[in-house]
Amino acid sequence: MEKYLIMNPLDFPILSTIIFLPLLGIALILFMRGEGAIKVTALITSIATLFLSLALYAHFDPQTPLFQFGESLSWIPRYRISYTLGIDGITILLIVLTALITPACVLCSWTAITDRVKEFMICVLLMETAMIGVFCSLDFILFYVFWEAMLIPMYLLIAVWGGPKRDYASIKFFIYTLFGSVFLLVAIIALYLVNGTFSIPEAMFRNYTFNFQVWVFLAFAIAFAIKVPMFPFHTWLPAAHTEAPTAGSVLLASILLKMGTYGFLRFALPITPAASFTFAPYVVALSVIAIVYGGFVCLSQTDMKKLIAYSSVAHMGFVTLGIFTFTQLGFEGAMLQMINHGITTGALFLSVGIVYERTHSREIYDNSGLGRIMPVYVGFFGLFAISSFGFPGTNNFVGELYVLVSAFAWSRTAGFLAVVGAVLAAAYMLRLLKAIAWGREDKRALRDMNLREIIYLLPLGVFVLWVGIFPRPLVRMMENTLGHLLRQLQGFSH
Amino acid sequence: MVIETAQPLLPIAIVLVVSVLILLSRERPNVREFWSIAGAVLTFASVAMMVPAVWQGHRLVYTLSSIAPGISLNFRVDALSLVFGIVSSFLWIFASVYNIGYMRTLKEHAQTRYYLCFAVAILGAQGVSYSGGLFSLYLFYEIITLFTYPLVAHHQDAEGYAGGKKYLVYLMGTSKGLLLPAVILTYVMTGTLDFSDTITSGVFSGGADSFWVTVTYVLFIFGFGKAAIMPFHNWLPSAMVAPTPVSALLHAVAVVKAGVFCISRVMLSTFGTALLQDSGLGLLTAYFVSFTILAASIIALTKDDLKARLAYSTVSQLSYIILGVALLDKSGVLGGILHIVNHGFSKITLFFCAGAIFVASHRKKISDMAGIGYAMPFTMGAFAIASLSMIGVPPVAGFVTKWYLLNGALEIGNLPIVIVLMASTILNAGYFVPITFKAFFTGNAKKWQQEGIGEAPRTMVIPLVIAALISVGLGLFPDVFSTLIGRLFG
Repeated sequence: MEKYLIMNPLDFPILSTIIFLPLLGIALILFMRGEGAIKVTALITSIATLFLSLALYAHFDPQTPLFQFGESLSWIPRYRISYTLGIDGITILLIVLTALITPACVLCSWTAITDRVKEFMICVLLMETAMIGVFCSLDFILFYVFWEAMLIPMYLLIAVWGGPKRDYASIKFFIYTLFGSVFLLVAIIALYLVNGTFSIPEAMFRNYTFNFQVWVFLAFAIAFAIKVPMFPFHTWLPAAHTEAPTAGSVLLASILLKMGTYGFLRFALPITPAASFTFAPYVVALSVIAIVYGGFVCLSQTDMKKLIAYSSVAHMGFVTLGIFTFTQLGFEGAMLQMINHGITTGALFLSVGIVYERTHSREIYDNSGLGRIMPVYVGFFGLFAISSFGFPGTNNFVGELYVLVSAFAWSRTAGFLAVVGAVLAAAYMLRLLKAIAWGREDKRALRDMNLREIIYLLPLGVFVLWVGIFPRPLVRMMENTLGHLLRQLQGFSH
Repeated sequence: MVIETAQPLLPIAIVLVVSVLILLSRERPNVREFWSIAGAVLTFASVAMMVPAVWQGHRLVYTLSSIAPGISLNFRVDALSLVFGIVSSFLWIFASVYNIGYMRTLKEHAQTRYYLCFAVAILGAQGVSYSGGLFSLYLFYEIITLFTYPLVAHHQDAEGYAGGKKYLVYLMGTSKGLLLPAVILTYVMTGTLDFSDTITSGVFSGGADSFWVTVTYVLFIFGFGKAAIMPFHNWLPSAMVAPTPVSALLHAVAVVKAGVFCISRVMLSTFGTALLQDSGLGLLTAYFVSFTILAASIIALTKDDLKARLAYSTVSQLSYIILGVALLDKSGVLGGILHIVNHGFSKITLFFCAGAIFVASHRKKISDMAGIGYAMPFTMGAFAIASLSMIGVPPVAGFVTKWYLLNGALEIGNLPIVIVLMASTILNAGYFVPITFKAFFTGNAKKWQQEGIGEAPRTMVIPLVIAALISVGLGLFPDVFSTLIGRLFG
């Protein structure tokens, strides 16, 4: 086991602490009555988790491609199921992203959620535990437990606190995701039957027969393609994003969509490398379709949340495009876009939430013409909108540049089609921004953003510009892990 | 010699700070306008500080951050950078003063937004000048586009929105759709986005696939939509719905010059003269832009709206710059780049005059301006001088350009280009001389006196007169800039 796992050098199990700290918060909240105390507890818990994850980031060794901060306990020895945790250059960033987004989710619900506050906060913290658990697990069963654990609180967030069509949206989300999970379970069991263990690292880069790889890849692909979501499995996403409360949309967009692309990087590529190469042209084609299709659909939206939801389809297309063009820049670009999309789209949903609390409408027209009335808000919204379409100097531009370079190197046609998507993105985002800033002339009494709202948007805004100009520190965290993955893949390419 | 120093960042940093100060003093217009003028002066001073080193043949470089292997946010100051850097920062001083008269007399709305966007647009122009590679160039190029949009659509009426929309569609469409793939193809083929050290050798190796090199080149030429090469020129006349100082500084100098500067930079520092010569792409470009030179002038003849006529004149004159660089010999490149300066000063004068006429008399059409020279002698005098420069009459600045360009064309013995330059001169005279003639030699003074129309406020007249005088100075003493540009040839 030591050959892939470096044990935790700290004097306490930091990964377990990060995973279960939110559960501790939930335990406290269960005994509380006052809404204020509940909210404060949730906030403190999530911020403590954030600081712990930053400590993890600071202690992370980017030089090694192995899993770090390892923890391993035997769990069900009969089936060689173990409680094994560890992180690498891919997951460290996703964990910090999760820990950064969760406090924003608590803060944005401060006044927006008035009904069943206790249950709401429990759901949000439960999500955090499950999401970080997914990223840390190195055992398939443990992974699957966390993977399924995300489903229930997310379903509740949409079904209980969602918009008018929440019943339809939540059940659609539930069925789609559950459908995908079944395929994932089948793949996991198939791998167990061959390997005799549920250890994830031990399943990687073994000489499975090509036929076996094809079937396992297809099972993985369906499960992850629904999560991403890739065209044509994306139809659950606009409904769920639109109807979910702000915090739900943010969690969905920022973290849950990354589960699919994380799955491709962690499972599909290393476990079924030959099949991944074989199917790459199809995945690239679907990615490009998603980029262009997402762009066109966005052009005709009148609902802010729907527009941002469809733009996610296009953005996630860039991620899968980067992964399946198999270059160092492509992998790094895909990872960067996972983080960038998490920050930018999360921030855009938070922004919609801010204005929704004031106008109680998601329609672009109802929220337009705010330039004079809410200048600070329009400043933030403008930054996130231009970041979303990859304006140079913002985080998304760097990620898109990486992915496009990889795409052009792979196929000029794929590259040019992705560029069409980039043009469309500029068109729909600038159109939205113009409407929000200047769309209407009439005067309305809306107050500008308050301090609480500025506090949770400001770090995201700083991130957007900082990574746009200084992306290398972020890339350095992942480059050895991804380089190692790429070299291993190339060894298995035939 | 290459000197590593953060000096190229200084002008950009100054404009950035000024932008923040403008925003902070939004409640106090006088303080706000003070920051604009002080910022412009300081920016120009910081640019001027870099002249001695470049004059001695050095190059200043600085890398702010690494983006990817072979891609960085880097800066470099050479003779080409300084030409555009000096023009955009120096003319910002004039525009800042002129702005006050224009915006206050017409009681324009949203003035803080206006001054802020104006400053950030200059930041973009400064950044474009000192870019050390295509990444920085693209970044600042896009900043100009984004922050000039609120200036074009400033009036926020139907006409403003229509002009602004066209502006964004053309400029952002070309930059995202053509320029971005060109940048990426360059990186895929060469592994770097940095500019080359000399203007002869580009970054492409001899083994590069000539088909894709050609595709990349064409994408670059059209991708820089700000250069207004036909058929991507139509945004410029539409952008004339903006307040006139915007048309003056941005659409006659900063924005469009950023376009031709970028094309020149890419031709000289990414492709290099050797490759363009051998592949014949240089001459092809020269012929192609010749069409724009002539066609835009012919359209200008038909325009009665003064700003529209000036806009088409700009379209035509911009292609002079590209034509010169495309000739690839020393005279041609020198003349082309020199025209960034010469056209800058002369065209800003013409637009300042158009704005002064509008503020003083609310007239936009040339046919309504008979005898306006009696009412506004200084303004129309400056207009006459600047239009002589456009035509290329000695001793005004434009003549120097034409001299070099003709030399360049004759040196390579290219008769068609010589004919284009001659025909263009006649066309230029055809649409500029009648304006001056109408202003001074038709109509009568009484009509203007009865209407009570005189010169515009002094904050407008003084800048335009000085700009006109500088045009003459540039014509009388052409050596200053031509020696500086000569440093490019080592």
